[in-house]
Amino acid sequence: MVEGALWRRWIFFYIPLTAFVVSLLFPFYWMIITTVRPDGELYRPWNAPNYSPFWTTNPTLSHIRDLLTETLFSTWMLNTMIISIAATLISLFCGLLAGYALSRLKFPFAGSLGTAIFITYLVPQTLLFIPLADIIRNFRLGDSPWALILTYPTFLIPFVTWLMMGYFKSVPKELEECARIDGATRWKAMVYIIFPIAVPGILSAGIFAFTLSWNEFLYALVFLSSPAQKTVPVGVTSELIRGDVFYWGELMAGALLGSIPVAFVYSFFVEHYVASLTGSVKG
Amino acid sequence: MAEVHIQNLNKKFDEVHAVKDVNLGIRDKEFVVLVGPSGCGKTTTLRMVAGLESITSGRILIDDKVINDLPPMDRDIAMVFQNYALYPHMSVYDNMAFGLKMRKFDRADIARRVQEAAEILGIHELLKRKPRQLSGGQRQRVALGRAIVRHPQVFLFDEPLSNLDAKLRVQMRVELKKLHDRLGTTAIYVTHDQVEAMTLGDRVVVMKDGFVQQVGEPLELYNEPANRFVAGFLGSPSMNFATVKVSQENGSIWAANAGMQIKAPPQCANRLSRYIGQEVTLGIRPEDLHVASPTDAPDLGFDVVVEVVEKLGSEILLDVAVGSDTMVASVEPHIRANIHDQMRLALNPERLHFFDNSSEMAI
Repeated sequence: MVEGALWRRWIFFYIPLTAFVVSLLFPFYWMIITTVRPDGELYRPWNAPNYSPFWTTNPTLSHIRDLLTETLFSTWMLNTMIISIAATLISLFCGLLAGYALSRLKFPFAGSLGTAIFITYLVPQTLLFIPLADIIRNFRLGDSPWALILTYPTFLIPFVTWLMMGYFKSVPKELEECARIDGATRWKAMVYIIFPIAVPGILSAGIFAFTLSWNEFLYALVFLSSPAQKTVPVGVTSELIRGDVFYWGELMAGALLGSIPVAFVYSFFVEHYVASLTGSVKG
Repeated sequence: MAEVHIQNLNKKFDEVHAVKDVNLGIRDKEFVVLVGPSGCGKTTTLRMVAGLESITSGRILIDDKVINDLPPMDRDIAMVFQNYALYPHMSVYDNMAFGLKMRKFDRADIARRVQEAAEILGIHELLKRKPRQLSGGQRQRVALGRAIVRHPQVFLFDEPLSNLDAKLRVQMRVELKKLHDRLGTTAIYVTHDQVEAMTLGDRVVVMKDGFVQQVGEPLELYNEPANRFVAGFLGSPSMNFATVKVSQENGSIWAANAGMQIKAPPQCANRLSRYIGQEVTLGIRPEDLHVASPTDAPDLGFDVVVEVVEKLGSEILLDVAVGSDTMVASVEPHIRANIHDQMRLALNPERLHFFDNSSEMAI
């Protein structure tokens, strides 16, 4: 909070904050207003009151109804949900163990292994999808959820590992040493002491992994082909853009409904998530 | 009943040789303090006893059983850490019960033992709280409680009081001493604070650069330091040192430099006679200096110029210039001294120390 005179607070706090909030929320507003605007106004703006694209006097839910009844949107939602949760769980499991090992165990090349894992994260997906497509084809996984459940961890595990490595390093080593003197094996010390303390870190890694999987586009586009297998980002863009015809109302309804689960996950865990980004463990 | 024996213990971390040939026998029920400046190997030694560091060479035995390769959980020890290491997600009760749960004690037994320990330490009202709701002193007690519930064979303390403020530290020091008298468990205590070492230890082990310098009862180390390092490390303010040249005149041995000329008392003369014509280090503690009176022998006194006067209430510390050296003298509080005063100090001949200049060992 900026201290001092009222004008200072306005110039340095309220006005920048308002500008920031407005610019962040505007796309969501645009999504909502386009979803509820009738086609007559969408494609013929002179029908809108005062030509204004920012509001409508005839809101409609027909785009949402069309999206749910005329397309496979609910199937795409289910696909995306299953794929994101499965990929997140696999990545969390591997990333937690790897992050713990790299931050705590002393073994040869621990440091260089950590760096190597990070480098794999830096390889762009646009390069990786070519060899991955070959692997998917050889294992006959194409056009099934497994294609994504098994390929998403290729970028999620390095990400989770690195996030957890940093978090585990902030947990005092003595806690674990004390537990081991108290009679716990390394495994028990990890499960009873380190993991419970690392819950904020685990949650934020999980949220990030879930969001990345949920929004992923390229692999989903390349590895899935039949409409019933698609995820929300690919389904919406491939089925609701036909040539040069954009079904704007349905597109925006899809974007709106598709962002709800992610927004829900974020709002539910926001406190833990912020705590893990801003603070470390207090003893 | 637990004796700890450390035999030819060594620890190397890559390039650093942290602990060098440490030999130490700790008797049953004894409270032994390892003390030394940071990096002297005292904590590493303790961690090897705990099983938290591997042993490069040598052996550690608890009750004649070699424990080199036992994991920490099987050594029947408890350790109190400098930062308390309380589990932040558990209540005080669960913190104290954790070790018992891991060892599969039954529920009633755990409750009884935790209550008992909480009574001893006066923390039974805190059992439901989380560590973050406790003050520093309370956390310290919980950490102690967690150690004593298990009735281990050996307690290990790694600078447990250094995170407390000065007043609380003195209070907890007394409580630790009482606790040890009451429980009678063998204890190894690491600290860099020589006052803690002197007040707590049945015996004190002074370490430097990975080597044990001297082992003994606190007053033995204070009165008869084995070398110059031990002499300077123990005692506050620390011992004064001055380089002097040994000579023989009129059948007596003299130690002299630019600022003083002292006749070596008979008990030192014999040992100093080997050093005639050489330089040695003279050591004298501040409290063994006093303002010279007419009854003092003239050849045990020297002239000084007062540089700083520190009035502590129970005593006055005088920083004085003796030739090119400076010394600290602790004098009685009624002495009136001002900066730049010239005065004559005398030393207590029984309490003189001499050290070899090259080996730094006591002569």
